[in-house]
Amino acid sequence: MSETLTHAAKEISWDKKDLLDIKSLSADEIELVLNTAESFKQISERDIKKVPTLRGKTVITLFYEASTRTRVSFEIAGKRLSADTVNISTSTSSVQKGETLIDMAKNLEAMAPDAIIMRHNVPGAPYILASRLAASIINAGDGAHEHPTQALLDAFTIREKKGRFEKLRVSLIGDIAHSRVARSNIFCLTKLGANVTVSGPATMLPRYVERLGVRVVSTIQEAVEGSDVIMMLRIQKERMGKVLFPSTRDYSRFFGLTPDVMRGALPDAIVMHPGPMNRGVEISSEVADGPYSVILDQVTNGVAVRMAILYLLLGRGGGYEDAH
Amino acid sequence: MKMLIEGGTVIDPAAGFEGPADLVIENGKIAGIVKPGAGPKDSEIITAKGCIICPGLVDIHTHLREPGYEYKETIATGSRAAAAGGVTSMACMANTNPVNDNGSVTEFILKQARAYAVVRVYPIGAVTKGQQGEALAEIGDMREAGAVALSDDGSVVADSDLMRRGLEYAKTFGLCVVTHSEDMSLVGEGVMNEGFVSTELGLPAAPHEAEEIMIFRDVTLAALTGARVHIAHVTTSGGVQIIREAKKRGIAVTAETCPHYITLTDDAVRTFDTNTKVNPPLRTQDDVDAVIEGLADGTIDAVASDHAPHVNDDKEVEFIYAKSGMIGLETLLPLSLALVEQKKLSMSRLIRALTELPAGIISIDAGTLKTGAGADVTVFDPTEEWVYDVSKSLSKSRNTPFAGAAMRGRVKLTVVGGKVVYRDGTIV
Repeated sequence: MSETLTHAAKEISWDKKDLLDIKSLSADEIELVLNTAESFKQISERDIKKVPTLRGKTVITLFYEASTRTRVSFEIAGKRLSADTVNISTSTSSVQKGETLIDMAKNLEAMAPDAIIMRHNVPGAPYILASRLAASIINAGDGAHEHPTQALLDAFTIREKKGRFEKLRVSLIGDIAHSRVARSNIFCLTKLGANVTVSGPATMLPRYVERLGVRVVSTIQEAVEGSDVIMMLRIQKERMGKVLFPSTRDYSRFFGLTPDVMRGALPDAIVMHPGPMNRGVEISSEVADGPYSVILDQVTNGVAVRMAILYLLLGRGGGYEDAH
Repeated sequence: MKMLIEGGTVIDPAAGFEGPADLVIENGKIAGIVKPGAGPKDSEIITAKGCIICPGLVDIHTHLREPGYEYKETIATGSRAAAAGGVTSMACMANTNPVNDNGSVTEFILKQARAYAVVRVYPIGAVTKGQQGEALAEIGDMREAGAVALSDDGSVVADSDLMRRGLEYAKTFGLCVVTHSEDMSLVGEGVMNEGFVSTELGLPAAPHEAEEIMIFRDVTLAALTGARVHIAHVTTSGGVQIIREAKKRGIAVTAETCPHYITLTDDAVRTFDTNTKVNPPLRTQDDVDAVIEGLADGTIDAVASDHAPHVNDDKEVEFIYAKSGMIGLETLLPLSLALVEQKKLSMSRLIRALTELPAGIISIDAGTLKTGAGADVTVFDPTEEWVYDVSKSLSKSRNTPFAGAAMRGRVKLTVVGGKVVYRDGTIV
């Protein structure tokens, strides 16, 4: 395994302190992450799911938004690499709490963490930390901007199931406008050569979305037809009525992925969802739990991809090789 | 007391004068524009070789934060930044605390200005009480106390009937109403321009149509009432077009834009630098081009700074939570000069947009070097290259996206009422 890693690392170098977005990564860098994750996936399949690679490193998860899956995935990734992980969750925003984000960051910095994994409701918030702190900053989702590790684990899953990206037809369906998952995936998949289609009610499509290099279709049937990958996005129910859609009933009727809609899909299409799912709204249980679904593979792969990211950011300088 | 500013090129669009000449000042007034070397030798002589000598700049859109927010700016510090920027007269917006919505606050501002300001300060009163958009402010009272115009600025008067009444009442007192024309319900939670950049960044965004809708309402109400409406900080191509049509129809409307709307686009927001957060937001290159075209053809009359000081605590936060606005008095002229450098505007047209026209909009006696006028004069070197070091700003605040930016054109001398207030980097 170390041979694979050394090989990959030699061909393409990773010189970034932080992982803030997919937009600034090259296709080569993305491939490097995926190749690295490939090696790490095996660790999770062992009896003893732990290597000493990041022994002595301190990793903080700093979550300003509720999250279970992403936070736990990062925590497990850190622990399997023997890093010491500390979790900070704060349900209220820093502003409401009275402490600024920068003050919070300076306090954390004073305790010398090696990485801070940050989720925040405001686009750009991780950049504030990245430019000020010596620690590596990993963006675990900043508002509607980006969620780079989600896109990387999605790409990993797609490569695992489909074996390629070139000309692969991927459809993203749902609230593109307010989705960091959509943005990161669009950046990632277009860089890797896939043909991306987006679909959703016009209230959920951002202005000039086609300039991201995607095809826009107005019905879910068109989006599903001929697609190799169908990626559903989570609907934020709190946006119901106010701006984006009148009711979950109306939404699920016209934009929900149901067995009926899936009749138009390719036989070997895969269905993805970043979770958490609103069953019966954007995706029916039959589809979510059915043969097309790779939703739980995404979760499994999330750990491997996040291990790869932590390794690339913190484990350079021979740490990994030393451990083997 | 005689002063002679010699060796430069005098440009006074109001008098239709442009050419090598010397300027004679006597007893605080302009005594004449004379042939090079023809001025009285018994004067204090100031050499302006290679420089342009023009009327002191008139900035009709500033926020001086006093009373109420003296930690951001005071009339004293704002006036020093103005002097450094060649601005000799400025109008300050009413969004102080308390709001300038009655004669007592207007008088307070003028009292502070008399005591501490190094340039002339003209208060703009609120249109509605507390800028709440619910009831008219005491417009007559403020007029009497010295308010030169009315505006709720960023607190847009949403109620069209109230706006109509405000315009009618203002007309009675001969006051112009300055509007921040944006439909705030359409702006919603927007913190930047809605466009391809916001689509990439995922920041909540406001469409340019929000500005166009409100500019259309405001010029329509100007037509209805016959009142004078001045559209502040025009940023959109569509907005320029609506104002152009309104002027063709003979509606009494004037307009301004700001240096940042002719030099920056929403691309600048990509860094998530909160100093690029401004209201209305930075737009696209098409908008920038249209605004410049509007300035060139006279659709947009004036350039104003919209100097909006905020302390670091207001800006060093997440983008959505940051306050909007940037300081601009010191960079008003050099940023605007870029248009002359790019040959999009003649020097005299630009100076007119910074002197005669804005003075006319708020009906003050300024913006010209005609004999007998108050001797407010700005001398600048149009080709000097320098770097804006905001740490040395005379403003109390430091919020600008132009920190460290290369500038071309620099103010050398600012004279207010015949008295030198700023010379070669120093307040005198």
